[in-house]
Amino acid sequence: MMARKRPEPVQVVKQRRDAALSALVHGVPYIQFLGIEFERRGDELTAILPFDEKLIGNPILPAIHGGVTAGFLETTAVIGLAWSVMWDDIETGRIDVEELSLGHMPRLPKTIDFTVDYLRSGLPRDAYARARVNRSGRRYASVHVEAWQDQRAVLFAQATGHFLMPPRDADRDG
Amino acid sequence: MTPDKSKIAEQFINAIPHCKSLNMKLTNIGAGVAEMMLPYDLRIVGDPETGVIHGGAVSALMDTCCGAAAMSHPASPSGTATIDLRIDYMRAATPGQTIHTRAECYRITRSVAFVRATAVDDDAENPVATATGAFTVEGIK
Repeated sequence: MMARKRPEPVQVVKQRRDAALSALVHGVPYIQFLGIEFERRGDELTAILPFDEKLIGNPILPAIHGGVTAGFLETTAVIGLAWSVMWDDIETGRIDVEELSLGHMPRLPKTIDFTVDYLRSGLPRDAYARARVNRSGRRYASVHVEAWQDQRAVLFAQATGHFLMPPRDADRDG
Repeated sequence: MTPDKSKIAEQFINAIPHCKSLNMKLTNIGAGVAEMMLPYDLRIVGDPETGVIHGGAVSALMDTCCGAAAMSHPASPSGTATIDLRIDYMRAATPGQTIHTRAECYRITRSVAFVRATAVDDDAENPVATATGAFTVEGIK
């Protein structure tokens, strides 16, 4: 009988996954500009956009700028997609987390198109979003994102986008 | 649009907190057409390897410009909000260059304004992105 590999200590696994996510998110200036953070439960990510004055698009209501909503959803989609592709590489140690935190980021997917459906105005409060990768191929991916504020079931925006995947090392090697 | 009205529109747009934080400027507005610019800024880079601006900042520019075009239509809506906006990214904007966008409200009804926009950098022949959107129309009887 083959001996099952002994599972790594939980803290080691968590530390590696959190460090990889942090490197991915904190390496992008625009994500820092908007103040977006990500929370992780296993491989599930939730993006959080803490409210800030500079995010306002309509000072009279006031409401979050439609462009901020679009940027928040696009960021959630890109990070969610990159994360789902990186997951196996992080688990097997194919991606070196030390290298990641030194700024050697894997190439991110590129947006081909992005369509935002504005369901209600974004209130001056924190917003949350989750991405679902509906299809992830070698070259193209399709991702759907949902965003809400106070109530999970009451979406204020949703979006669908198509992405061009970065070439993988295996492809380059032929 | 009368010079007075376009001046008010300009002040209104340039006072939007998010647009101010991105140093976005309205450069021209009138009769259902609006033009805006977004200077290059290291704070809004989306790809640290190349220095290319994040699509989200381009979205904010397109959304604002499309809304301004709808508002400036001769049918004279008193307010507007985005119903949906689709952006197609043709190529990466060249790092260091200002992005210019022009939006046109090509059809307006009592309820909906249909708008399209194009964004370019110094190479104006090859668009960086295009957008199409539907906007609500407030205050037309």
